[in-house]
Amino acid sequence: MGDLKSWWSYTARPRVLILSALGLIVLWELAVDFLRVPSFLVPAPSRVIGEILKNPMWYWGHTYYTLLATVLGFALAVIIGVVLAVIIVYSRTAEQTIYAALVALNSIPKVAIAPLFIIWVGTGFPSKVTMAAVIALFAIVIDTVLGLRSLDPELLDLARSMGARPRGILFKIRFPNALPSIFAGMKVAISLALVGTIVGEFVAASSGLGYVIVTAQSTFDTARIFASLLILAVMGTILFFLIDLLERWLLPWHASQRHQEQPEA
Amino acid sequence: MSPYIRVVKGSKIYRSRRGDVHALEDIDLEIRDSEFLSIVGPSGCGKSTLMRCVAGLAPISSGEIWLKGSRVDGPAQDLGVVFQRDLLLDWRTVLDNVLLATEFRGTRNAATEARAVALLEKVGLGAFVNRYPWELSGGMRQRCAICRALVTDPPVLLMDEPFGALDALTRDDLNSELQNVWLESRKTVLFITHGISEAVFLSDRVAVMSAKPGRILKIIPVALPRPRPLSIRDSVEFISITGQIRQVLAQAGAIKG
Repeated sequence: MGDLKSWWSYTARPRVLILSALGLIVLWELAVDFLRVPSFLVPAPSRVIGEILKNPMWYWGHTYYTLLATVLGFALAVIIGVVLAVIIVYSRTAEQTIYAALVALNSIPKVAIAPLFIIWVGTGFPSKVTMAAVIALFAIVIDTVLGLRSLDPELLDLARSMGARPRGILFKIRFPNALPSIFAGMKVAISLALVGTIVGEFVAASSGLGYVIVTAQSTFDTARIFASLLILAVMGTILFFLIDLLERWLLPWHASQRHQEQPEA
Repeated sequence: MSPYIRVVKGSKIYRSRRGDVHALEDIDLEIRDSEFLSIVGPSGCGKSTLMRCVAGLAPISSGEIWLKGSRVDGPAQDLGVVFQRDLLLDWRTVLDNVLLATEFRGTRNAATEARAVALLEKVGLGAFVNRYPWELSGGMRQRCAICRALVTDPPVLLMDEPFGALDALTRDDLNSELQNVWLESRKTVLFITHGISEAVFLSDRVAVMSAKPGRILKIIPVALPRPRPLSIRDSVEFISITGQIRQVLAQAGAIKG
């Protein structure tokens, strides 16, 4: 009984989310019906679902393409971003060069540099991964730098009094201390990676949900656009919650999720 | 008994635009082997600065500090430090926190782990070995921090107002536990506090400091028999010593007599 109860409370958030989404869909269906909205403007949800069910494997193929590019781009951004952040925090020169360059680069709307990457990397799958990584990278670097820097100076004193070397301090204190901040960056970055993939697919592609949307637009196939949007929304939500789950699993100690049960002295 | 920690004409000057601040001025102090020495003084008298200098965490501006036979010129290796805040790492269990220093030194093994568990059991944390710091109360957290300082069995223990953040009753508990630990291990202890009663209860000698500049006004011996029960604080002898300390502080203008 206790397990069931804790499972029930643990799933409260997704349950509310799913229920409110379902409510919205019902409202949408009714609105389209009663207001007689032409389906080339806004198709009813039943038509959108029907569109997906008409050709599920075709949709899955494009979904898989977009999902893979997003996840690979995200992973690349996390690896490169964390390494860059460590270099920035430990080297003054790197801070003044790499960090400054990153901030300058970030002020360019990254959508605008997509065509450049198509020229450099080609129109294929790698350019989508690259776009996802480029857009996601900044969030990871910023939050990781912030996390690595937010070390209590007294903690550093403690480590030094124990004879710790810089490497030990990085791996045993500085890095674990930065993990909550890195996860905050990852939650932002996963959504950005999806944006990057879609932008890449808009510019030049022959697969992926971004490609499906662009081609459907040219034939006024609104149901197909909505079907792709629905899949993207579900994908984005699931990816976000997977990272949230990973955080809960890896950082049970993190302040935002600890229980407030304390024994007496 | 030979001096274990020796501070010779130690001065620490912080330079700022408004002029130099003499945090420490001409400190001469000797702490004998296996002696428990406390430093009491008003806040801002430089007692924490002195501890940081002895630990090698901050350089002194002039003078010398010796630990056993060697001059301190960087973080010293064979001492344990306890700070006012417990500074436990949230992501490590109690046991892993206590073993932190052994990991930095590459000496974590079955023997040091057994020692850590024994230390934790001694301070009543035997059942909390695998718990996380946020599951512990303030007093338990500071006990854990003391075990962490003792795990490498250093000959010297430096404590910077370790019980300053605790409530009075928990503080009493920890004072008497610290005495027991000290009686068993006989480490050389430099204990920084602003609690006069705490200093007298724990110490063999109490050094009284004044602020601006930070100077040692007087060193007062505490010749009370050990082990001391908490009730000794109500005895005439005890009160006469705390009275002496208050008088020294009042004469220096540090407190209102």
